[in-house]
Amino acid sequence: MNEKINTPSRHVIRLRRRVADGVMWGATALSFALLGFVLLHILTYVFVHGLPALHLTIFTTDAQGIAGGLRNAIVGSLLLSGLALVIAVPIGVSAGVYLSEHGDGLAAKVARFLSDVLVGVPSIVLGYFGYITMVIGFGWRFSLLAGSITLAIMMLPYIARTSEMAFRAVPIALRESAYALGCPEGGVVWRVLLPTARTPVLTGILMALAIALGETAPLLYTAGWSNYLWNGHFTHEGVGYLTYVIWSFIGEPYASAHQLAYAAALLITLMVLAINLSARLLLVRWRDVGR
Amino acid sequence: MVHVFSRFRFRWGLGLIAGLLPLSLLVIVVFLLHAAWPAITFNGLGFLIHNSWNLGNMYADPVMVRGQEVLPRADYGVLFLVVGTLLTSLIALILAVPFGILSAIFLAEGLRGPARTLGSFLVELLAAVPSVVYGLWGYLVLIPLLGRHVYPWLEQSLGTFVPIFHGPSGSGYGLLTAGILLAFMVVPLIAASLRDALVATPSALREAGASMGASRMEIVRQILLPGQRNLIIGVTVLAFGRALGETMAVLMVSGNALNSLPKNIYDPISTMAAFIASQLDSAMQDPTGMAVHALAEIALLLMVISVLVNGAARGVLWLSGHRA
Repeated sequence: MNEKINTPSRHVIRLRRRVADGVMWGATALSFALLGFVLLHILTYVFVHGLPALHLTIFTTDAQGIAGGLRNAIVGSLLLSGLALVIAVPIGVSAGVYLSEHGDGLAAKVARFLSDVLVGVPSIVLGYFGYITMVIGFGWRFSLLAGSITLAIMMLPYIARTSEMAFRAVPIALRESAYALGCPEGGVVWRVLLPTARTPVLTGILMALAIALGETAPLLYTAGWSNYLWNGHFTHEGVGYLTYVIWSFIGEPYASAHQLAYAAALLITLMVLAINLSARLLLVRWRDVGR
Repeated sequence: MVHVFSRFRFRWGLGLIAGLLPLSLLVIVVFLLHAAWPAITFNGLGFLIHNSWNLGNMYADPVMVRGQEVLPRADYGVLFLVVGTLLTSLIALILAVPFGILSAIFLAEGLRGPARTLGSFLVELLAAVPSVVYGLWGYLVLIPLLGRHVYPWLEQSLGTFVPIFHGPSGSGYGLLTAGILLAFMVVPLIAASLRDALVATPSALREAGASMGASRMEIVRQILLPGQRNLIIGVTVLAFGRALGETMAVLMVSGNALNSLPKNIYDPISTMAAFIASQLDSAMQDPTGMAVHALAEIALLLMVISVLVNGAARGVLWLSGHRA
């Protein structure tokens, strides 16, 4: 009898469950809404302040102290990331092939572990490493090559990881038929693996490029800064880049400097989003066709 | 032998090029250790347990201490940086974990079809925004909002009975602001991983729950989430590692405190990563080079902490069957 008295009625239990469910659903929707709101607020803020600052002269003149344009910084950003890509892609994709094709040996396991560790190394640590080795040690000073190699080290593990996954997804039967036709190992990689896994590998490379373009910390003490357009030197000359403009010019007490910072923020955000978006679209379209 | 080599020539070449990746990590460790060594011998253990970043007397002749040439009265202790780094990342996690889990549930269970794709895309884009743009937004939007409106209110309400929220609430630059900004930067990692795991749960589990009369949310809370416990822990630790190394956003909103520990949650702080970025210019003025060596020691310390945290996260994820 006692039990029956202490148990709440079915009606109350049902109400309690309904309320608990409603509260939880409300909390999930609210937290999603907050994240979405913050993203849209950041993007609109950058657009609203960046668009008016984006004159044609931004693209045609170089920075002069805290005024002028951003031509040198735009070219510098593209050069730094582009050169980093040229260095990182062959090494990263080779590592991906090796890890996917010979990934069960001890050497591959160690390499995979070290690659995972490298992902976790903060980018400012990579920047300081670049400073003490290349800028000081090799005597390159602040330069394009020092900045690009530092960025390349940062991109390597991402490219290796995504290409390993892409090559692993290639069916074994494809490799076996190529070997059965007498194709050597190199031929299998060049003619079977790379063409088949082209799209997901490219997606990984684009994602790594987007990360590199938006980075500041590894470049502060490797690329330095320059008010002039790149003059063809790989070492001994600093390079300007967009993210530096954002960080350094927004702290200046002049409206012209702020305008440049807003314009740089808009440009770099647009570039990163465009690359990110095209990488995703590429992957989605490839999956749909695959089905 | 020559025959064997030529047969596997491609594989050898591939291995050699691929080997540059792990080699780069070893080179980083060796060179950082080499650059930090004079500072390690000069500072000893005191580096970690007191607050002092003092380059010494710039205008005096260098003296020899413990076999190292330094400026007179030079003293390096970075306890305040270690504390600032750990506290900002901890605040970031306290905020990011609940929001990440809740929005993952919303994305996986509350939305479907194109709405889910679009929603997931929005959350993942938060991770694509460059760190320095977060810094810009934090500096121009978050700091005025928090410093003028939210913190004074927090100080008046919560501050009256919770000691760490006790005033003065300051200008908006500080520990809590850095933590909030970091939370937005790491939340996509948590939300995306948990969403993928929830979507991939076998439908038999949901059906078993539904056949017992449980509602959708009860299935999530009592069946799906407990099953993802290890994943949540692993991803949380991974997010902690990411927050530890963030530089630009923290640099722009933390207030860059020097040699002082925060007294309340609003106080200016600095983190190891932000300090390296902000101090190299002045460290280069030290003619003995000890300040640059000491910065290398901070970089090495930050790297060791991040690698340990990352290793722990990957261990937990590996145990739970994920290779994230």
